[in-house]
Amino acid sequence: MITLDNMNIETSIAGLKMENPTMLASGILGQTGRSLLRVAKEGGAGALVTKSIGLEARTGHGNPGILELDTGLLNAMGLPNPGIDDFEEEVQIARRSNVPIIGSIFASSPDDFANLASRMAGHGADAIELNLSCPHAQGYGVEMGSDPIIVESIVKTVVEAIQIPVFAKLSPMVPDIASIALAVEKGGGHGVVAINTMRGMSIEPEMGMPVLSNKIGGLSGPAIKPVGVRAVYEIAQKVKIPIIGVGGINTGRDAIEYIMAGANAVQIGSGVHYRGIDIFKKVSQEIQDFMQKNNYSQLDEMIGIAGVK
Amino acid sequence: MGHHHQNAKMHAVTILANRPEAANIFTLEIDWIPRDKLLGGQFVMIWIPGVDEIPMSLSSANTTSTLTIQKVGEASETLGRMKPGDKIGIKGPFGKGFEPTGQNLLFIAGGVGIAPLMPAIVTAQEQGKEITLAIGAASGDAIAFRDKLTSMGIDIRIATDDGSEGHKGFVTTLVEELLAGGNYDQILTCGPEIMMAKLLELANLNKIPIQCSLERYMKCGMGICGSCDIDGLQVCKDGPVFDGQTLAGLEDFGKSKRDRSGKKIGF
Repeated sequence: MITLDNMNIETSIAGLKMENPTMLASGILGQTGRSLLRVAKEGGAGALVTKSIGLEARTGHGNPGILELDTGLLNAMGLPNPGIDDFEEEVQIARRSNVPIIGSIFASSPDDFANLASRMAGHGADAIELNLSCPHAQGYGVEMGSDPIIVESIVKTVVEAIQIPVFAKLSPMVPDIASIALAVEKGGGHGVVAINTMRGMSIEPEMGMPVLSNKIGGLSGPAIKPVGVRAVYEIAQKVKIPIIGVGGINTGRDAIEYIMAGANAVQIGSGVHYRGIDIFKKVSQEIQDFMQKNNYSQLDEMIGIAGVK
Repeated sequence: MGHHHQNAKMHAVTILANRPEAANIFTLEIDWIPRDKLLGGQFVMIWIPGVDEIPMSLSSANTTSTLTIQKVGEASETLGRMKPGDKIGIKGPFGKGFEPTGQNLLFIAGGVGIAPLMPAIVTAQEQGKEITLAIGAASGDAIAFRDKLTSMGIDIRIATDDGSEGHKGFVTTLVEELLAGGNYDQILTCGPEIMMAKLLELANLNKIPIQCSLERYMKCGMGICGSCDIDGLQVCKDGPVFDGQTLAGLEDFGKSKRDRSGKKIGF
């Protein structure tokens, strides 16, 4: 009989070794080194993605910047960050966690992306995540990430500038996400992260106005999980590079849906709100419980199986 | 330990009354109460449509709730002009509040920091505890809840910056005198962080447990954005009330906070 301890949920993405397949998603508790450290130590995350960092400090959009809806969260933080210069200390502290640190960056041109990626690598990041998908910051994110030619150019420029793996985080708000993923692969990218939030709005009827100060925000949480699972499934049919699935993962079964669609690892963001900072431990345990019940001994045995059945 | 998910949905609520409380301080009464019994120090995010959304502690919650606010900027000034019937948005309550323990309690308020202490003072009195309250304020006319506290029969000690009432100078000097003469089981405080850092020293010196309510710039209020981070703890969710043991282990307490971009800045 297989005991729980024998369940192997280790995974590896572009050479980054993870003790479990759960990563902290960008934008959640990723602004300081100590909060990142805590998500690994107390939370049990297998890897950490920082908040998206730009060349200069940004205060982001005004409040309200987030609210909870019936089936998810809607946010428009507006990429607040202290700027790449001030972020070295945070990466150095996060590195004490001994799990891979993935530096998320945003910029408005391939050269700025490459510059930021070099700085982030110099700060000590183990990999780079390109934010090509923020839905609510003018001139950034999805505005660049919807065009396969621009995406390929950004990825290629960054890959040539640094020695560490480069992942691209994609938006589901495109007609064919797999073609964007293919552009990442053609540019030499080492992995695809899917999906970012989807543009949404919430109006307070009593006030007769949108709640968010930016009016439009990004929808995350359980509402977008089927969109993410579909996106990962479609991407897995088109590319060979690893896929990191993200969007509405609250439980081990949610994570397994993404893994069976073709994800090698998953990210969790809004789930920290729903289940607490130790959601990474909880989801890892639930994945192991599922594997034991269903006679899987390696995570690899589940990756992408829904795509071949 | 199970995770308690604090709902962060927005609710529109109606202002029932707007009363002056003290110099530059007013109290809004709103047609809303928290689902569970409120602990002093727990807070809500208040949305002032078209202006801002700010964290605000509740100064009472019974059949209605009250917010006691000092006018310090556009958001609080706008709230100060609100009239009965006007609407604001509310999310929460969030965070961990004061937990008075022991029989002989010393409450210390710096300015409008009296507001989050009020629910704890009221509860402590209902439980028959002995209460001493030291208040530091700019002047005698800036002391909130004076009538209510007097009618409750609370022993109030006052320190003012301008000497218009009570001890002239820091409330911490007053507290040193109280600690020398009294035998307190616990200190509960809210006010400027520099004041609370000094109180933590005094509490440790006198071996008295202390709880402090902290303030940081907040975006989400629900423990996920990281803007109120202090040494990896989120003031909005892990606090805003922290015990002395936790605070003693923090590098940032009394020294630095984060600006709106996340840059570390000194007090």
